[in-house]
Amino acid sequence: MSASTTPVSPNTVSRSDSTPLTQDGQPLKRSLAKALRREKLRALMLISPLLIFIIVSFVLPIGDMLFRSVENNIVRDTLPGTVRALSDWDPTVDELPDESVYAALADDLMLAQEVKIHTRLGSRLNYDQPGISSVFRKSGRAIKRLDNEAAMAALVALEPAWNTPQAWATLRDMKAWPAQFPATAQSYRNWMAWLKSEEGDDVDPTQLVPHGFTYAALVHDLQKMPAAKIESFVTSTNTDAAALFTNLAGNIADLPNDDFKAQFAKIDKGWVQADNWQAIKRLSPSITDSYFLASIDTERTAEGITQKPENERIYLRLFVRTIFLSMVITCSCILLGYPVAYLLANLSVRASNMVLILVLLPFWTSLLVRTSAWKVLLQQQGVINDLLVWARVIDEAGRLVMINNMTGTIIAMTHILLPFMILPLYSVMKTIAPSYMRAAKSMGASDSLAFWRVYFPNTVPGIGAGSILVFILSIGYYITPELVGGTSGVFISNRIAYHISSSLNWGLAAALGSILLLLVLALYWTYDRIVGIDNVKLG
Amino acid sequence: MSALPAYASTGQRIWHYTFRYVICGFILFFLIAPILTIIPLSFNAEDFFTFTPEMLALDPEGYSLKHYQDFFTSGDWQKALKNSFLIAPAATLLSTALGTLAAIGLSQSHVPFRRAIMAILISPMIVPLIISAAGMYFFYSRIGLQGTYWGVVLAHAALGTPFVIITVTATMVGFDRSLTRAAASMGADPVTTFFKVQMPLIIPGVVSGALFAFITSFDEVVVVLFLGSAGQKTLPWQMFTGLREQISPTILAVATIMVAISIVLLTVLELLRRRSERLRGLTPS
Repeated sequence: MSASTTPVSPNTVSRSDSTPLTQDGQPLKRSLAKALRREKLRALMLISPLLIFIIVSFVLPIGDMLFRSVENNIVRDTLPGTVRALSDWDPTVDELPDESVYAALADDLMLAQEVKIHTRLGSRLNYDQPGISSVFRKSGRAIKRLDNEAAMAALVALEPAWNTPQAWATLRDMKAWPAQFPATAQSYRNWMAWLKSEEGDDVDPTQLVPHGFTYAALVHDLQKMPAAKIESFVTSTNTDAAALFTNLAGNIADLPNDDFKAQFAKIDKGWVQADNWQAIKRLSPSITDSYFLASIDTERTAEGITQKPENERIYLRLFVRTIFLSMVITCSCILLGYPVAYLLANLSVRASNMVLILVLLPFWTSLLVRTSAWKVLLQQQGVINDLLVWARVIDEAGRLVMINNMTGTIIAMTHILLPFMILPLYSVMKTIAPSYMRAAKSMGASDSLAFWRVYFPNTVPGIGAGSILVFILSIGYYITPELVGGTSGVFISNRIAYHISSSLNWGLAAALGSILLLLVLALYWTYDRIVGIDNVKLG
Repeated sequence: MSALPAYASTGQRIWHYTFRYVICGFILFFLIAPILTIIPLSFNAEDFFTFTPEMLALDPEGYSLKHYQDFFTSGDWQKALKNSFLIAPAATLLSTALGTLAAIGLSQSHVPFRRAIMAILISPMIVPLIISAAGMYFFYSRIGLQGTYWGVVLAHAALGTPFVIITVTATMVGFDRSLTRAAASMGADPVTTFFKVQMPLIIPGVVSGALFAFITSFDEVVVVLFLGSAGQKTLPWQMFTGLREQISPTILAVATIMVAISIVLLTVLELLRRRSERLRGLTPS
């Protein structure tokens, strides 16, 4: 009897002959799937600590930068009432906003200067509307001297109850609060925050009446309400509320205001210029494209997005220069790297190892050491100039300026990035069989023809890989251009660093960084297509 | 090119020697000369950045160790040195431990989303440093890590991990999986198997990854410039400020010491590479 027909134990052979079972009675398929799942899970568990670490310490920060390049909550957070009041104002009509906006502005600024955030808002707006920061600075100082009691006095004259905390408690309990009294509600919140900052936690705001700005806001809310609405307060079953509004009902239109518009005009002319208001209105949404527009030297004006005037265009020029210099550096690396890689690939193992050390030593030497070496060599009183003077190539007066300009950046960066070109080229050239060249020559090709038609095309992948690598590294370089580039040899990275640490325009730094990142990722994607992410080799 | 054939013409001979000794000689000189120039200059007795006549005459008067003395007695430089040696080992330890685990995970045969995970893990190496520095500066100041020792260590560890992953994964490629199965079949649990069988074989890769991570942190200046406060001033940072503000010859002494460190690291790496190839039964190339 052959083994195949013998029914063995029911554990190993299926009952229905289509599902083989394992030793423990599970169908084989399920068992294998389980094992595979366990293996996947184990791999993921090994990877997850690092993955979480990288996401928290690296990916989130990059995400934060991308977010910052569009984030713009500062206007909304600092001038909440003004932004709300401005929603009715049409910026395209060349007209100033109405008194209610100025009242809201006075109210918001009162709190902003108390917690000292108005200058920060001023500097933010100044990026888009040059000159506006001084308007804010001046107003911060003057805001406490504004007359704000007119509305309050008029209300209290009509109905003395308005001067009591109970009146405000009644108002806050009304169904119409805060929907029908948006400006008042906002102003009341501002006042509570202001009070807390001014007096600390000991004061109970429910035992006090708010300051004049809140009364002004109340008057504006009432004046915007339809008369029928106010009539409904008077006739409502809420007797406390009815009492507050009975004497007001007929007189609302005549209630005076403090003419904040005129008062602001006196503080600074900037407040009666429509373009300043247009800037505030434009920047009130919490997401903005203004940083990106600034990164490509454009701005949003009344006529839409326009190019900045010629003399203010810096970033596009910097991007172009960064790309141009990176290309020059890449080309010099190809020119200098190709012969060395060729030499390495064609020497005996022992000799090529010796030469490789000469390539790897600079590769392993600190970037700052190499940069300082170039700084020493290239300066006007440095080694190269001394040597040239000594050799009578140039005279004392004709010492070359090779540093703090483009030349310095190109020389130093070519030196620094050259190993990144040589190593991939070398690994490609090592694989080219010498018999190709011999075959070409045996068929009558001259040395140069054989090289250009046979050898060179085989090394193109290496040139591609090396070039993309050098180019990617080069466009993001910061340290070397900063130290040897002067003003004409700096890259976009230097501008990003400047905006982070000196001008503190973080949004613009983030936008410039995002554009640079996009550029690098696109290049990297190309690199991955040509070389493959797993083929990155070190040394 | 490897050897000039006997029948080579005069022109070919001239080109061969010109290429080998003039062109390549010049390029190799370009590569190595800057580093070699600063070494003798660091022994300059004067505060100049060029060779004095005494130095050229090989007069012992022209040479001195005063810049080295400066380095070893200056408070700023010593503090920077100490900070570098406080930050780099911590960052190395963190990135090596996490990176090795992840590399072992990544070299399993079935890893879901392998490409995506790899892209995320390698990203710190690809993103330009200035962008990493900007992002980390923004984010770490939100969570209060900006200007702290741990902030810098975390950032450097993140920058070092791709190197660990790449070197360890490269060692894992030649790893014979039946060895772990053999260990398991003889009753070893996964932890024992890892330490007794796998670890000794991949250790050269781990150590060279750690060296890469160390040098990444030790040489790093952009991120620490933004993330650190005065208390985390490292050696490269001190060099950077020195080069930007008042360039003093002490920098050349520091540079020479750093070149010496690089040579030591390079030698260790090369020895490790050879050992690893021997262990994996590959013939050294």
